Amino acid sequence: MSETLPRDAATAGPGGTDDVLVRVDDLVKYFPVRGGGLISRTVAQVQAVDGVSLSIGRGQTVGLVGETGCGKSTLARCIAGLIPVTSGTVTFEGQNITNLSRRHMQPYRREIQMIFQDPYGSLNPRRRVGSIIGDPFAVHKTASGSARKKAVQELMERVGLNPEHFNRYPAEFSGGQRQRIGVARALALRPKLIICDEPVSALDVSIQAQVLNLLADLQQDYGLSYLFIAHDLEVVRHVSDSVIVMYLGRIAEAGPKDPVYDSPRHPYTNALLSAAPAADPDAAASRQRIILTGDVPSPINPPSGCRFHPRCPKAQELCGQQDPPLEVKAGDPSTHVTACHFPVQEGEVLARSGRASGGQPR
Amino acid sequence: MSLSEIEFQAKAVEDAPEEGIQGRSQWALTWRRLRRDKMAIASMIVIVIIAACAIAAPAFAALAGHAPNTVYPNTGLSASGGPVPPGTHGFLLGTDELGRDLFVRVIYGARVSLFVGLVTTLIATVAGVSLGLITGYFGGWVDGILARFIDSVLAFPYIVLALSLAVVFGPSLPIVIGVISFFTWAGISRVVRGQALSIKEREYIEAARSLGAGPWRIMFIDILPNLLAPVLVLATLSIPAAITFEATLDYLGLGVPPPTATWGNILAGAQSYYSVAWWYLVFPALALVITTIAFNLLGDGVRDAMDPRTERVFAAGRKKRRKRRTASPPPAPQLPGALPPTA
Repeated sequence: MSETLPRDAATAGPGGTDDVLVRVDDLVKYFPVRGGGLISRTVAQVQAVDGVSLSIGRGQTVGLVGETGCGKSTLARCIAGLIPVTSGTVTFEGQNITNLSRRHMQPYRREIQMIFQDPYGSLNPRRRVGSIIGDPFAVHKTASGSARKKAVQELMERVGLNPEHFNRYPAEFSGGQRQRIGVARALALRPKLIICDEPVSALDVSIQAQVLNLLADLQQDYGLSYLFIAHDLEVVRHVSDSVIVMYLGRIAEAGPKDPVYDSPRHPYTNALLSAAPAADPDAAASRQRIILTGDVPSPINPPSGCRFHPRCPKAQELCGQQDPPLEVKAGDPSTHVTACHFPVQEGEVLARSGRASGGQPR
Repeated sequence: MSLSEIEFQAKAVEDAPEEGIQGRSQWALTWRRLRRDKMAIASMIVIVIIAACAIAAPAFAALAGHAPNTVYPNTGLSASGGPVPPGTHGFLLGTDELGRDLFVRVIYGARVSLFVGLVTTLIATVAGVSLGLITGYFGGWVDGILARFIDSVLAFPYIVLALSLAVVFGPSLPIVIGVISFFTWAGISRVVRGQALSIKEREYIEAARSLGAGPWRIMFIDILPNLLAPVLVLATLSIPAAITFEATLDYLGLGVPPPTATWGNILAGAQSYYSVAWWYLVFPALALVITTIAFNLLGDGVRDAMDPRTERVFAAGRKKRRKRRTASPPPAPQLPGALPPTA
């Protein structure tokens, strides 16, 4: 897998390889499935992430999209050092931070922070907001007493919360405000990378825009890098410099956002993009939806060859036998890579017109 | 309308009423609900009175003019050598078979009962919460061993342990406290372990880990506040259990040795005299019953106040009545052509 993966697939910035903040090489994460009985032994492996390489440039935003269960969040947690990695490496500013002990990981925790999906679940309901946002200072012993309180209030002001509310409990805030609390907590230690695990998925659309704009402002002010995970393709397009499309633990397609969105090569990317609703009714009427059949296969027993082939409208015999390498396809810029034997050509129609429902152009 | 405009409006709406709203902690809310519970407040008053009596026991003894362990053969025994009934010779609740003042002894008994109840609950709660948190959070073999240990403690016949300890070391107060604590912590630990198991999977625990918080910080700063409510309820309810437990051990002669006035000891002495001296049995038994009922009712009240979703049987009637009062009257039968009633 790894030898064929261009390492800078996702680095689209002008800095190129020199300005890489985080590099992930051939990351593999399998979760053991234990059998029942008195002595539990591993009976199977959930191949949540299977050989993913990517890099995130300084000040860049890398979008990570894919269906539920494709390994996006697992990848994020591996990079954040929250779960041990099965194999592969995570490098931060040239330092290998894979599977470090908690003590050795501590300095990197300041640099890599996370914003979580659920604004209700990610804040401790029994602690006051001031204490939640002040937690990073307490854990890293960087400020205490009135200095911590002052820092917390500055952070609250920065993310658009009323600093006088630091004595309240999370339950007294709305979803959008709670997500701002999460942003403030992630921002407290002035990290270089913030991993956003579907930060706006749980929010109302108008609130989504506010939080996204806040994240964009913070990126400008502090030069942050984001790894931005989302379902919403338009959100990813709005915030990202480059995009990675994942399918069943592997990268299907990756590259700067414009080539990926404008001329997607992988049939899966095409299907994802065609499923996104269009705001313009004329465009919506003329768009062709590619209807994928079936569900995502089980990551315990993934399909042979190309993992997408059982659902792919273009699948041929080769696809079930040989794993397609992630490589630059003809006519693409060198940063745009696709793992497909039969990449989609410009103007090609993938929608199967013969299908009964929804497959036909409406 | 632009985003900032919406934001501005939202801010204006947000700011206006907020001045009056105080961020209320869980404890403030619990106290507010508890205050409305007449049963719990009455129990609390009873407990405060009993505790005041226990603390002021020497003052009561001085007032009565009798020491708790002194025999008064001249005034405290009848002509035939039996206990005197309440009210004779200044013995408010009568005397026992040796001519000791029953009133003073019952008051002094409250000291032992409350002391044992509070101390064992404190020990059991601290031990149970710590071990429950550790096993629940770390899981693995630590959890396996401790969970089996808790199971065996809960399955162990306490009388056997108390009996053997009393035989080996002789009955004493420290052994009573040790035995009761040993049989109380396991239940608390089990509840805490279960809660910790579920809480540690929450996203905010993952958030704490991503900040670099260590296991002890997560256990005691992030998880513990979330299970204080069930622990407080368990602790309040384990006080009366410990008091009864102590009285039982005393009664069986496995607890605090006899000259000391405890409710269990007095009851043990009363069992051969109750047919001729009813007061000897009734007053210490009443003290024990009132104390345990008061603690139990307070515990129920605390539980209800912590979790407003639970309802007590006799509280349900009250709530139903209130609901009926606030419910809108049944809609009047509509005549054809009549205007629908306007709200």
